[in-house]
Amino acid sequence: MALVLKNSSAALNQHSFSPYADNGGSIVAVAGDDYVVIASDSRLSTGYSIYTRDQSKLFKLSNDSVLGCCGCWCDVLSLTKLLEARMQMYLHEHQKVMSTPAISQMLSTMLYYKRLFPYYILNILAGFDNDGKGVVYSYDPIGNLEKSKFKAGGSSGALLQPVLDNQLGLSNIKEKPEAITLEKALNVVKDAFISATERDIYTGDSIIINIITREGIREEKLELRKD
Amino acid sequence: MASVMLPVEPTPGFSFENCRRNEFLKAKGYKAPVATKTGTTIVGCVFADGVILGADTRATAGSIVADKECAKIHYMAKNMYCCGAGTAADTEATTALISSQLELHRLNTGRVVPVVTAATMLKQMLFRYQGHIGAALILGGVDSNGSHLYTIAPQGSTSKNPFTSMGSGSLAAMSILEKCWKPNMTEEEAKKVIRDAIAAGIFNDLGSGSNVDLCVIRKGSVEYVKPYEKANVKGTRTGNYKFKRGTTEVLSKKVVPIIIEEEIVKPISSDSQMDTS
Amino acid sequence: MSILSYNGGAVVAMKGKNCVAIASDKKFGIQLQLISKEFPKIFEMGPHLYVGLPGLATDTQTVHARLKFRQNLFELKEGTRMSPKVFSSMVSNMLYEKRFGPYFVEPIVVGLEPDTYEPFICNMDLIGNVCFPEDFVVGGTCEDQLFGTCETMWEPDLSPDDLFETISQALMSAFNRDAGSGWGAVVYIIEKDKVTTRHLKTRMD
Repeated sequence: MALVLKNSSAALNQHSFSPYADNGGSIVAVAGDDYVVIASDSRLSTGYSIYTRDQSKLFKLSNDSVLGCCGCWCDVLSLTKLLEARMQMYLHEHQKVMSTPAISQMLSTMLYYKRLFPYYILNILAGFDNDGKGVVYSYDPIGNLEKSKFKAGGSSGALLQPVLDNQLGLSNIKEKPEAITLEKALNVVKDAFISATERDIYTGDSIIINIITREGIREEKLELRKD
Repeated sequence: MASVMLPVEPTPGFSFENCRRNEFLKAKGYKAPVATKTGTTIVGCVFADGVILGADTRATAGSIVADKECAKIHYMAKNMYCCGAGTAADTEATTALISSQLELHRLNTGRVVPVVTAATMLKQMLFRYQGHIGAALILGGVDSNGSHLYTIAPQGSTSKNPFTSMGSGSLAAMSILEKCWKPNMTEEEAKKVIRDAIAAGIFNDLGSGSNVDLCVIRKGSVEYVKPYEKANVKGTRTGNYKFKRGTTEVLSKKVVPIIIEEEIVKPISSDSQMDTS
Repeated sequence: MSILSYNGGAVVAMKGKNCVAIASDKKFGIQLQLISKEFPKIFEMGPHLYVGLPGLATDTQTVHARLKFRQNLFELKEGTRMSPKVFSSMVSNMLYEKRFGPYFVEPIVVGLEPDTYEPFICNMDLIGNVCFPEDFVVGGTCEDQLFGTCETMWEPDLSPDDLFETISQALMSAFNRDAGSGWGAVVYIIEKDKVTTRHLKTRMD
């Protein structure tokens, strides 16, 4: 008899390869007419332990684009390094910095290129579109691209997103939606993180907020619970 | 005999009537949901005049905090308390069951129940269920033989220690205990050690969090401090989230008045309460 | 897929000033298929006592029937109404009895304590571990979303009308981000002298 896999130990003793880790963390981004706010928490963790309490998950790509990444941290580091290299190449070839919509498309392509061995990352890209208005692009791990005005993702994405829907998207509210001011957006982002930290064990320590306007990128920090 | 007039009294103990159905559902690929775990850092140590127990106050369900202020130090008897880690419902039910048996034992024998009796009852109960009751316990108390501290694993094995820790934060807590514990500490010193051990769990273990609870058991007195220290507080919200009335669209509204026909307040003086001492 | 999300559904309860609120969606589905838009998950167990039973629909109904039976026996025997506290320990005991073959429900009990009319809320996991928080309790398929909205929107000492707005917005925002629940919502506001039931206009998708 040749190979009979049925009931043989070969079929039972399969070794599994698990190349991914979940290092937690959450990202929130909100876009207005003349600003974009993107924030991440600063906790990097695995299982029940904390690697560091001070790791920003925001990557400044240009003067008006910031990328927020969380998930498998080693994938985040490889992807962002590659992304920066490709942006350099673009700069040298075209003599101009990549625009946010261009980055958004390239990122989608780069993620889909790894369709069969994906980067295990949640990406949210914040910047300005071609009309100069704030925009948020969000991705799944294999490059599906969605353009929106606000987005939350990561370990407490489920906790944060309905808060944004309600406070910024004014869902279920009879009143007509009005333009969201920068101040309101900042308040909602901070408060949503304060709430998520209460209930999600992978989100905490502090949040780092990048406020992108035509004048440049400003950074703010807010302390959260440390437990 | 069961009838409409005389319904069946439910039999005591566990009921297994849903087991077959649940196994069937599991075989169909529907996962059984997770029960709330305490996550937990619990510690205990002996000091000069008694025992101190400590616990954090977080209960988790997966990666979500189910309860921010739960009590993990359970009452066993007047001279004994018990910290619980593991499946929350199991620690709660096991300690409550043994606590009631201890009270009956005390009434039968007419003396303070020794801590070793409680430890034996707990271990025998847990051993009977072969670890399926997921309760990891730290039992501390003072009796006529002195101060005692027991660690009881879910499978029913026990050990008697001068200091101990359990739960997911036990390693963080033990590092503090190993460094700081010494024999014959004063109460203040011991409180500090326990507080530091729990805090180590709260801040370094994601399964533990919120506040520090302490329970000091001395000969003839108990001091249960909840919370001993609020190690973490919720941040202050900057925005206002009160909605304008009429924000929500209503399809129909029905008001059912409740008429309270009479309110009788019967004052009961304290000496007429059931005396069990 | 967890058996708790087989039928879907969400329940939330909040404490207010001298009042409590409990709200749920009205969906009854089987996985991705919608069966009914009028499926109650909250049951009146007394004038000031309500229980919400999100989870597997068959167990929602079985547990409700068994609780009512045990409650009736108690009330006939004792000649008094069951207080929310006593009721919740009864629920907890009944669930723990089935520790090794549980009912797939995560009950939420709300009410006003007799005599003092103090607000009371609590929730349990499926084997009867009880929590008594000071603010709100959530249960069902969009638990995560509800935790996010409630943590942000709830504040202490809300009046009955404000509490209604808060609990409704928290529930609707949460279940709009969950495929397992939705299709209408019902809100009960329980006060000393009245119970107000409102059905909400929600997205139906």
